[in-house]
Amino acid sequence: MTRGPLLLFGVAALIGLPLIVVALSLLNPQWDILAHLWQTVIPEYINHSLILLVSVGIGVTILGVSTAWCVSQFDFPGWRWVSWGLLLPLAMPAYITAYTYTGLLDYAGPVQQALRSIFDLQIGGYWFPQIRSLGGAVFVLCVVLYPYVYLITRAAFMQQSTAAFESARTMGAGPWKSFWRVAMPLARPAIATGVTLALMETLADYGTMEYFGVTVFTTGIFRTWYGIGDTQGALQLAAILLLFVIVLILVERYSRRRAKFYQRRSDGQQMRKPLKGRQAAAAALVCWLPILLGFLIPASQLLIWSIERAETWTQPEFWELTFNTLWLGLLAASITVLLALWLAYGRRRHPTKPLRAAISLAGLGYAIPGIVIAVGLLSPLAWMDHRIIDFSRWAFDINPGLLLSGTVVALLFAYSVRFLSVSLQTVSSGLEQITPQMDDTARTLGASPRRILWRVHLPLLRSSLLAALILVLVDVMKELPATLVLRPFDFNTLAVRAFEMASDERLADAGPPALMIVAVGLIPVMMLSRALKTQSIKTGD
Amino acid sequence: MSALLSLKKVAIQLAGHRIVDELSFDLEPGDIGCLMGPSGCGKTTLLRAIAGFTPISNGSIELHGQLVSDSGKSVPTEQRQVGMMFQDFSLFPHLNVADNIRFGIEHLPSTEQEQRIKELLQRIGLNGYQKRFPHELSGGQQQRIALARALAPKPQLMLLDEPFSSLDAELRELLAQDVRFLLKEEGITALLVTHDQQEAFAMADKAGVMYSGQLLQWNTPYELYHEPQHQLVADFIGRGVLLQGQIREHQLHCALGVIDHEILCEQGNHDVTFLVRPDDVIITDRADSKLTAVVTGRGFRGSHYLYTLELPDTSQVLAVGASHQPLNEGTQVGIDIDFDHLVVFDSDVCELPD
Repeated sequence: MTRGPLLLFGVAALIGLPLIVVALSLLNPQWDILAHLWQTVIPEYINHSLILLVSVGIGVTILGVSTAWCVSQFDFPGWRWVSWGLLLPLAMPAYITAYTYTGLLDYAGPVQQALRSIFDLQIGGYWFPQIRSLGGAVFVLCVVLYPYVYLITRAAFMQQSTAAFESARTMGAGPWKSFWRVAMPLARPAIATGVTLALMETLADYGTMEYFGVTVFTTGIFRTWYGIGDTQGALQLAAILLLFVIVLILVERYSRRRAKFYQRRSDGQQMRKPLKGRQAAAAALVCWLPILLGFLIPASQLLIWSIERAETWTQPEFWELTFNTLWLGLLAASITVLLALWLAYGRRRHPTKPLRAAISLAGLGYAIPGIVIAVGLLSPLAWMDHRIIDFSRWAFDINPGLLLSGTVVALLFAYSVRFLSVSLQTVSSGLEQITPQMDDTARTLGASPRRILWRVHLPLLRSSLLAALILVLVDVMKELPATLVLRPFDFNTLAVRAFEMASDERLADAGPPALMIVAVGLIPVMMLSRALKTQSIKTGD
Repeated sequence: MSALLSLKKVAIQLAGHRIVDELSFDLEPGDIGCLMGPSGCGKTTLLRAIAGFTPISNGSIELHGQLVSDSGKSVPTEQRQVGMMFQDFSLFPHLNVADNIRFGIEHLPSTEQEQRIKELLQRIGLNGYQKRFPHELSGGQQQRIALARALAPKPQLMLLDEPFSSLDAELRELLAQDVRFLLKEEGITALLVTHDQQEAFAMADKAGVMYSGQLLQWNTPYELYHEPQHQLVADFIGRGVLLQGQIREHQLHCALGVIDHEILCEQGNHDVTFLVRPDDVIITDRADSKLTAVVTGRGFRGSHYLYTLELPDTSQVLAVGASHQPLNEGTQVGIDIDFDHLVVFDSDVCELPD
């Protein structure tokens, strides 16, 4: 009981610090700055953000729901491939996909070159859509983010009782009507959950927007902070972005609650209907198109670049960079997993109200854009650094430098805030399979608490701990904006390197580091697809 | 012989709610006891208190004459030498059958461990399953492994919490008898908790019915069935209906006519409720019977039919009929009443205990 409030305080301080700093900037509005921002950039940011949210929302819904429906209801040639292939874009950070499409579709890219040579056109003498634009950003985000909708909606379609759908059919509703009147409404909360997750990623995206020159809050915060050096302005932009995020969080919580309400245990083997001929081809097309656009094309482009820059793979500097990134990711992963273990065990032992509040607060981190966390952390850490320097000078006459804000401590802090919820979810679900009765049984068999931990808990938790480590590792590897803001001087990760190369218009040089990120990112996708397979077996019996 | 398990006026409070109230009973060494009752009556909580997972707020629990729980102290579970089997079996999924059974006897030399494992597996008919993992076993097999694991350290007392509820009905009774045989063979005293009376009848030497934290009666299953001391016990155990009647001049007047019985000799005149079991009602030929009834319902039970009969005053009783000549609904039949045991309750004490 005594540890509950302590935990609450610890986690609230950890997760809350950047949020509080950002929110406080709103409570203490600098009217002249705000007025200036309103007159110049904010309307444009809001405008762009809304266009992005609406278009990406529609796009991922169409892609995610149509693929989820095909995979959950029908059987067609290649079903096994697409059912997990549709998850592959999860391994592609949006900004990397953006680089590859730019490489493909720009003036000098192979597509326009081919068009020019085939139709004998002059540069500038024809119309071709500009990929580095708001529309291009919508396209990239849609093909990268639809798996969130696919994954959750597919599970919802599979868990829906077939009886509901079939009884609609017996009452004379055709397959289309049954889909719109029964299956869709039942899956709506799940779809909403998936879409809000995709939209959170949309709001958090920095790399794509920056590269495509789309002005939104994330790029604005960065520019205001570094370009103009206006800390207060950046914090206040972050606060406005946070308001958008909070709306999404509320929508997500609401739809998750409803999703629980609608979900039932599947009441038997759901038979997928085998398709033939043109119907099978249509279903295959619906499913292969997103895989092609979201993974196969960008991944091939990365491969081509990596082969073009083959010498990179032998440079010790590149491997040092890779090692650096992995080391940083593992460190952050270990910290978050330990924290998650602590919280999850706390909740298991004493599920008090403050404790559960602390844990759901910890779950918020993932929704908050990395750039918001970064600017929210930087000023309090810098403040603490200066206190440390003052003290150290006074006590030891030594200037230790920026111990917190200038080192990886700041980065690890930010990663913990953002990714704690990832590891917490994984660890909690692992802990759930260790029922309280198992502990009780072990005690009646004479085992001490320590022996229970070593002989029962650790062996059973091993795989979820590993999964949590890998998930956070990959997330850290992909993370761009917080890393850009908080990294120590001269410290690089693969993501930052890819970003720098692309910003310098050296797209091919961005290939090897990007490919490395994607390769490591494939590990959790594989784990996910394996988990899905066992899930569908389990619901099948 | 002194009791192996003795509960005296045990009360348990959880989060301010009184779950168990002034509950006492004894269990003799080697006996199998059974607590029945609807879900939420506090029986599992009581079991957990005996295991040492839940503290008690009043009274005492003694194991082998030694105090293990009272309002102030509680001997930790691991020192009580009780085995416990849970509803979900709680086999350790990462350990194979042999290692699951080994878990409680790892302090023994390894040859002894192996011998005990083999001996137990032979006894439950699963020798050769040492290397299997829990998920490869059927429900009934898992249940027997869980039992073997709990038996391995030779506990003084075995506690079983709804041990058969996750199995299907056919398997249940079969296993209940197996488990009884095993426990008797090992000479282990056991206490079982269930909401299923068939299970209780198949296993128990002594049984009791719990209701809202109170033990209404503690006796042999035979006594519970034929001489329930409480209306709720009568209602919970076995099939039957409760009818209203009046005792006048040491005779029971009711819809079944006027009934004489030895137990009525000491009773004064008052209104009563009395229990009519299906085996008290005998369906006869219509002609030579003074009491008639109409068949209003029929349930096939395989070896027999269970009929619902409506008496002229519209009250209903149950009766058993032979399987091979079913009576149709609406048939008029004659009935005889033969009370071997007549159980009457005062009409005004039929309220639930609180």
